[in-house]
Amino acid sequence: MQKTIVIAGYVRSPFQAASKGALAKVRPDEMAAQVVRGLLDKTGVDPAEVEDLIVGCAFPEGEQGLNVARLIGFLADLPLSVSGATVNRFCGSSMQAAHFAAGAIRMDAGEAFICAGVESMSRVPMTGFNPLLHPGLAERYPQAYVSMGETAENLADKYGIARETQEAMAVESHGKAAAARDAGRLGDEIVPIRQGNHTVDADGCIRDDTTAEGLAGLKPAFRAEGSVTAGTSSPLTDGAAAVLVTSEDFAKAHGLAPLARIRSIAVAGCAPEIMGIGPVVATQKALQRAGLEMKDIDVIELNEAFAAQALACIEDLEIEPARVNLDGGALALGHPLGATGARITGKTAQLLQREGKQFGLATQCIGGGQGIATILEAA
Amino acid sequence: MSIEKVAVIGAGVMGGGIAAQVANAGVPVLLLDVVPDGAENRNAVAEGAIARMLKADPAPFMSKRAAGLVTPGNIEDHPAALADCDWIVEAVVERLDVKQDLYRKIDAARKPGSIVSSNTSTLPLAKLTEGLPEGFARDFVITHFFNPPRYMRLLEIVSGPATRPEAVETMSAFADLRLGKGVVRCNDTPGFVANRIGTFWIQCAMVEALDRGITVEEADAVMGRPLGIPKTGVFGLLDLVGIDLMPHVDRNLAETLPADDAYRTIRRELPLIAQMIEEGYTGRKGKGGFYRLNKSGGKRVKEARSLATGDYAPAAKPALESLQASKAGGLRALVEHEDRGGRYAWAVLSQTLAYAASLVPEIADDIHAVDRALQLGYNWTYGPFELIDRLGADWLAGRLEETGAAVPPLLKAAAAAGGFYRVEAGRRQRIAVDGGYEDLPRPDGVLRLADIKLRSRPLAKNGSASLWDVGDGVTCLEIHTKLNTIDPEVLALIKTAIDITAKDHKALVIYNEGDHFSAGANLGLALFAANTALWPMIEDMVAQGQKAYMALKRAPFPVVAAPSGLALGGGCEILLHADAVQAHAESYIGLVEVGVGVVPAWGGCKELLARLAADPKRPHGPMPPVVQAFQTIGLADVAKSAHEAREKGFLRPMDGITFNRERLLADAKAKALLLAEGYAPPEPIALSLPGPSGKAALDLAVRDLSAKGMTTPHDETVADALAEVLTGGPDADHIEPVPEDDLLKLERAAFMKLVRTGPTLARMEHTLETGKPLRN
Repeated sequence: MQKTIVIAGYVRSPFQAASKGALAKVRPDEMAAQVVRGLLDKTGVDPAEVEDLIVGCAFPEGEQGLNVARLIGFLADLPLSVSGATVNRFCGSSMQAAHFAAGAIRMDAGEAFICAGVESMSRVPMTGFNPLLHPGLAERYPQAYVSMGETAENLADKYGIARETQEAMAVESHGKAAAARDAGRLGDEIVPIRQGNHTVDADGCIRDDTTAEGLAGLKPAFRAEGSVTAGTSSPLTDGAAAVLVTSEDFAKAHGLAPLARIRSIAVAGCAPEIMGIGPVVATQKALQRAGLEMKDIDVIELNEAFAAQALACIEDLEIEPARVNLDGGALALGHPLGATGARITGKTAQLLQREGKQFGLATQCIGGGQGIATILEAA
Repeated sequence: MSIEKVAVIGAGVMGGGIAAQVANAGVPVLLLDVVPDGAENRNAVAEGAIARMLKADPAPFMSKRAAGLVTPGNIEDHPAALADCDWIVEAVVERLDVKQDLYRKIDAARKPGSIVSSNTSTLPLAKLTEGLPEGFARDFVITHFFNPPRYMRLLEIVSGPATRPEAVETMSAFADLRLGKGVVRCNDTPGFVANRIGTFWIQCAMVEALDRGITVEEADAVMGRPLGIPKTGVFGLLDLVGIDLMPHVDRNLAETLPADDAYRTIRRELPLIAQMIEEGYTGRKGKGGFYRLNKSGGKRVKEARSLATGDYAPAAKPALESLQASKAGGLRALVEHEDRGGRYAWAVLSQTLAYAASLVPEIADDIHAVDRALQLGYNWTYGPFELIDRLGADWLAGRLEETGAAVPPLLKAAAAAGGFYRVEAGRRQRIAVDGGYEDLPRPDGVLRLADIKLRSRPLAKNGSASLWDVGDGVTCLEIHTKLNTIDPEVLALIKTAIDITAKDHKALVIYNEGDHFSAGANLGLALFAANTALWPMIEDMVAQGQKAYMALKRAPFPVVAAPSGLALGGGCEILLHADAVQAHAESYIGLVEVGVGVVPAWGGCKELLARLAADPKRPHGPMPPVVQAFQTIGLADVAKSAHEAREKGFLRPMDGITFNRERLLADAKAKALLLAEGYAPPEPIALSLPGPSGKAALDLAVRDLSAKGMTTPHDETVADALAEVLTGGPDADHIEPVPEDDLLKLERAAFMKLVRTGPTLARMEHTLETGKPLRN
């Protein structure tokens, strides 16, 4: 019989605006290590039982380079027996880390995995330090390197998503995030990050004062006559997140408290110039593998890379908006590329438990034209 | 004692500006002010001042780093912090009781031997120290800065009979060497030196204009350029400093000057000024002043106020024969002219100059100090005594006598001796109070090319540049074209300078005493050649420039460039090819070629890349230096101080910064002599560049900018050519470093491609005509 796989814990660092936020001076390896320690403390799992530390990172160079997963293991004082691998699927990196763990567990290649993700967009720029494009590909197929903002504009055009609609989503996202924070619903997942005698324990990107009028005053950020602004794009963010992925048997045997089961997973490619639509095919594949339909899904974490992109996915997947991003999305919380996948996977699991629902979906778009999706089920 | 920590009390415009300049000098500074009533944030005033200064233009700070050296605080909670400070400067409201209260607080907290100073412009030192402990008076001076403190070079220092001489020496040395100020020692008299004469001049020029029916535009045209005074003249100056300041200054002088002072005779209450202040016409900071910009109807029209009616009308260019006459015949032709402009000029100038001559030694001990005060504090090209010499001291004395005006004794003495200044045995001398002449003082570390030029002949010279022997085996290449632009003659003299220096000397300094080191290549010549399709001539100019600059770099002796003011384009490229730079802190450095539609082609691309690549603090790999250079050159990003030039990679850590303009040549020379010990020219360089892979990345970045609407079509053409050069060309591969000569070829090819395009020529033409860039 195939093993059942569970999410047995979820934590993250505060998410802070890149460059001007409170985590700008914290090394990403250090930040991720503290989050990994936080996960161990919270779940009580014996690190000696962990097979592998898999860390997603979208730009694994500089302070995120040199197989940063192994270094995070050292920094977090994991036993030397716990190996480390860095995974790159851009924004989908740390959800991919969980998928790799799930696959390994099914293969009887381990029982417990720490699946983390990290990105310091302050300290490693979004193109990396040395963008060296294949000149022939850039010439023949420039979409391969298309900028993310451009893809959002393309979707806004294609789906006829008005600027006001995008801005309404941003206002709502900030409102939900602020409400969740004020009600203490975010504190539980946040591991304070310490540097010297300074501690960062709260999110920094949420703007309580976001209004439709305020957003309407912003200039287009990517296209002179476009509809996408800084207010309807996720901000550049520093942050880390981690989930504990184990077999259900392992969780039971070690007294862990699973948040949810992994029901199915999928990835899919799409046209790079509309990469934001990637969640659609990935989700459809995952639903089919789970034997479910969209209407069965109660809670959805759909990464808000851009409002335009998230709205296009909601339309195509016929998602009921009220089920999406209950505690706010990336427009408000921020989107530290490599860390987001672990956050929304863990968040979906947490929400299933908190809301007492049965099925959840975590899905996100990925630069280069891809989508990734995970369907969870109440544990 | 040296000054290593400073406190400024009073975070207004002056206090904030002084604190910023101290921080610019790299010295930590506390900025304290009062605690506002009921304030939650007790440091709000000082913090607000810093925030305001970070946004101000012109910027009080020379770099963001400097702002970090200013610690905000308040005087109530932090008096103990004063105990660490070597110099405490007070710049609070001009009220004796407030200042004395503060001094008692300071005196209780400060450490023994620390210097306390006031930035007062109106209160006498004797009053400020009255009734305070003797120990306080011993350490107390007035340090009177001019606004804005970063940019105005004058610092008036007043000491009292009780002041320790060492306190004055320490303060003067700090102001001179660290803050870059020209220190003028003044006596404790009302208005000190600059404002005493300056206010007389302003008041006189206003009153005479009103009485003679001279318009605002006419007054400024006469009072400005012909006299070597900034073109704002007198009314434009009032707009700049704030018209509401005038009544305060006037009233103060009227109350404190001796009873027989000439100022009392010429001054009167001006209802016009009171009315303007009441209406909110306080100058540029208000609704406007004697001039205003009328932006209604979508156009910007400069208007001038009628002194008679108070109405505004478009500013008219004055048509006065006397102005024409002054162009050919100089100052004397202006004041001798019989039209109303000439008579106005005579009236104001004769009274002002006679007034100045009557004040020495009352206000300061020597005439040179008075001249410096007006030059550094009011930006006059000539001080009052230099102006008298330009008119002729005997002529002025004679004419004053003819008109029945009093002739001050000092003017009589100068008239008899042949002038206030003279050159004797190659040295400039000034008249002393006793009627004899003395050499102008030149402190250690001050070396002036102007002095050297008086006593020697150039080693080589042509119409655009000269080579001087500045002593100790060092030569100095001086460019002297308009704005010190670089033309073929300059390039030819570089070659000659290298030959001469290599033969008989140890080192070469490139330096001049113009306002600007060099505004770049002579665009007019390039445009002329392009308009007549003399492409080989242009290519030759590019090649000659590359050759000359490479020769500087490879010369068998060290080359030190010493810029002040603008060092743009081809001027910047001289710095980039020198072995070292000794920059005046107020240097404005940048590669601005894209503004006229070309790329730097005298080695600027190559050298900036090399500097960025050599900086160990930047990320590794072939792209970071390329991306940074592409941004800096592609946006024509100009560093607005020497410190900023270092941040942008134009200057290296080993390059020096001199704050006092008068010390620049000596510092550069010392640096050159240091390098001359065991000097070997740098080895040829080669750079690892990314080639087409990097070019594709830059193209993508430009496409994104273009999608945002931030580029013009020709910007994209220029950016494409620049990207091609900076990435090393189509054959580059980062595993095979590109030799610098190949980079020079790429620069040349890109330049020649661009200069043949219509939009580039349109840019050049537009910039030559308007001084501004064309966005096409």
